[in-house]
Amino acid sequence: MAKNEIDAVTGTATTGHEWDGIKELNTPLPRWWLWTFYACCIWAALYMVAYPAWPLVSSYTSGLLGYSSRANVAADMAALQALRGEKAALLAKADLADIEKDQALLAFARAQGRAAFGDNCAPCHGSGATGSKGYPNLNDDDWLWGGTLDALHQTIQYGIRSGNAQARENQMPAFGKDGTLKKDEIVQVANYVLSLSGQPTRQGVDLAAGKQLFADNCAVCHGEDAKGNQELGAPNLTDRIWLYGGDEASLVETITNSRGGVMPAWADRLDPVTIKALAVYVHTLGGGR
Amino acid sequence: MAQSTVRKTMTFGEGGLAFVFAVTTLLCLVGAAKAQDAPFAFHAYLSAAASVAAVFMIFRGYFNRPAELPGQETDDGRANYNDAPIKFATAAAVFWGVAGFTVGLWIALELAYPVLNFDLPFLNFGRLRPLHTSAVIFAFGGNVLIASSFYVVQRTCRTRLAGHMAPWFVVLGYNFFIVIAGTGYLLGVTQSKEYAEPEWYADLWLTIVWVVYLLVYLVTIIKRKEPHIYVANWFYLAFIVTIAVLHLGNNPTLPVSVFGSKSYIVWSGVQDAMFQWWYGHNAVGFFLTAGFLGIMYYFVPKRAERPVYSYRLSIVHFWALIFLYIWAGPHHLHYTSLPDWTQTLGMTFSIMLWMPSWGGMINGLMTLSGAWDKLRTDPVLRMLVVSVAFYGMSTFEGPMMSIKAVNSLSHYTDWTVGHVHSGALGWVGFVSFGAVYCLVPWLWNKKQLYSLKAVNWHFWIATIGIVLYVSAMWVSGILQGLMWRAYTSLGFLEYSFIETVEAMHPFYAIRALGGALFVIGSLIMAWNVWMTVRSGEPAPVARPAMQPAE
Repeated sequence: MAKNEIDAVTGTATTGHEWDGIKELNTPLPRWWLWTFYACCIWAALYMVAYPAWPLVSSYTSGLLGYSSRANVAADMAALQALRGEKAALLAKADLADIEKDQALLAFARAQGRAAFGDNCAPCHGSGATGSKGYPNLNDDDWLWGGTLDALHQTIQYGIRSGNAQARENQMPAFGKDGTLKKDEIVQVANYVLSLSGQPTRQGVDLAAGKQLFADNCAVCHGEDAKGNQELGAPNLTDRIWLYGGDEASLVETITNSRGGVMPAWADRLDPVTIKALAVYVHTLGGGR
Repeated sequence: MAQSTVRKTMTFGEGGLAFVFAVTTLLCLVGAAKAQDAPFAFHAYLSAAASVAAVFMIFRGYFNRPAELPGQETDDGRANYNDAPIKFATAAAVFWGVAGFTVGLWIALELAYPVLNFDLPFLNFGRLRPLHTSAVIFAFGGNVLIASSFYVVQRTCRTRLAGHMAPWFVVLGYNFFIVIAGTGYLLGVTQSKEYAEPEWYADLWLTIVWVVYLLVYLVTIIKRKEPHIYVANWFYLAFIVTIAVLHLGNNPTLPVSVFGSKSYIVWSGVQDAMFQWWYGHNAVGFFLTAGFLGIMYYFVPKRAERPVYSYRLSIVHFWALIFLYIWAGPHHLHYTSLPDWTQTLGMTFSIMLWMPSWGGMINGLMTLSGAWDKLRTDPVLRMLVVSVAFYGMSTFEGPMMSIKAVNSLSHYTDWTVGHVHSGALGWVGFVSFGAVYCLVPWLWNKKQLYSLKAVNWHFWIATIGIVLYVSAMWVSGILQGLMWRAYTSLGFLEYSFIETVEAMHPFYAIRALGGALFVIGSLIMAWNVWMTVRSGEPAPVARPAMQPAE
């Protein structure tokens, strides 16, 4: 049965084998295919001569071009430093307070701060630093721990409740959970706090009682005028800017169970110059003091 | 038919295997009782149940069979092909295909709309992603490979599949491995190696199944009635042997406890990474390429009814392909701590691999010489041919992406995902669909598929899906790569990572749409296969009717 026949369509001979009706033509290798294959092999051989390629006993053939990816990285980093130029050195040496006085240096610091902000701060504060529930907006001038350059620098370096020894720390009591205030008292305080920023309060709630409870329990941190205290990280309650929501239900929740977010200590993760740039960037977003 | 005078006895294989599964049942129950974690206990109970079912099936098979085992030849002297396990694997392939594509669509939607994980651990992207990859590669692709290889090796060797129970052991054992692997992912069991996620006990079971697969295949080839071994069988054999080697190389782990699901790999650091991508790339090379080239080499000439274009090309490209592919893995680790010399070898061998890969494409496409008109009338052949075209495209794109300069842009971006899917959806998917559409009428003795029109719909819907998917990922990948490397004039990164993620969103939505079309196509196929089996017109009897029993 093995019989070389000529395929009528192509005029090519078959190999004479047949499997389940399948035959094979004896077509030679396509020339272009063969030559392209050779070309690839020659190119590969030349590349292997030019670049590190073959392992030896305790080293490897290093190639005629002396290529090394480590050297490449070093060269790339050097090129980046050259691109950043002398401003990088100036920023490293500059006093925090002096940076904003030099427009060119300020622009440079803001550029560095913006890049660092996007990858480190934006996950919580948002790409535009506008914040969200539990994460403060950094564009306004309502600061929890202070909006001066030094205060911002301090906050960024050591964080809030971060576990770092120098972190910003405070703890609002959980008035409801701890049993300090009863449920109806909490509603009274909440409605009083609503009234502080001129928001409508619920009908029939005794605001006078709420005011008294506020004076007894809250004023020690938030102040008699409820305008807050940045030394303690106690927010201003009169400005209608809320970190955890300003409706009655949110306020009741806050007073009952307390709140307290966490911000990492960036000194543990970023270099001092980047932190300096971040402080300047946040300070110049719009609300810096 | 002559009266059987043989006394019915249990074969050594039946008795032995029933005994082994009985012992396995006990061992699994001990494992379940002493389990250190809940998923391990679950898998031990599952294995015990499967072992009991195996004992039951062995005995049922024994009681239902005639005294004599099925002969090597039918009464009219033809090879008595063993098609029942192939039917099972074909049906399983269709089932796993639809399931795997659907999970893929789900995670594509999760990437575009993250809320879709509903904060449930088992719907988390991290758990569903390996479920998707394993379901499409190993469950769908694996069953297509097992089914088609068992079919092809019998026909091209003109002999019955070796073994009485061994083919069933391979098919059912492999699918049980899939179940263990898949449920494990959902429960959080993984060894965190891409495409090799199943834990140590699933790996051990797969090793046993795979060795039996190799034996069935080899013995069938050895007892062949044809003087030569057909090219499809070279590719299938290369696939089976190399997958065994890769599996063993990438999975030597030490379990923390023999009663627990967690294990640690013996390789460490960059050696582990190198082993992983030597495995990972050759899973593509030998599972998704060599194996499916085996399919191509049988089903394309068979369906086109034309001789294979070039015997010489098939020899040269086969040996070149299997020699060169095995070196290409390091191109997955460009610009990492992998030594420079290893990266060079990975890249240069990938370049040299271009033409050997294209040899298969040329042989597939040129086999159509003299039969191109059939593409107009036969959507199944069109599917097979378009799969070969996608194969050619991905095997050009792959070597190109392995060039370090290109890779520095493409690496870690969606371009890689697009590249994989042009190969996976276009090549592996379509060649598998083509094979299934051929196999189902052949296996179930039907004149033809229930609806060729439905195949046409499947073809066009899925093709549009692939085009949407792949082009969305090209654009998104290149955009992503360019955004990551963009610097401002002052020397700082132009975009934060989250900005690049936001930029991907529209492309992720388009990709999910493409995936949805692909899923719809597969549902049409499942319906068509079901209707063909249920109510397809029976094939005309080709051979003389069997003699009635006297």
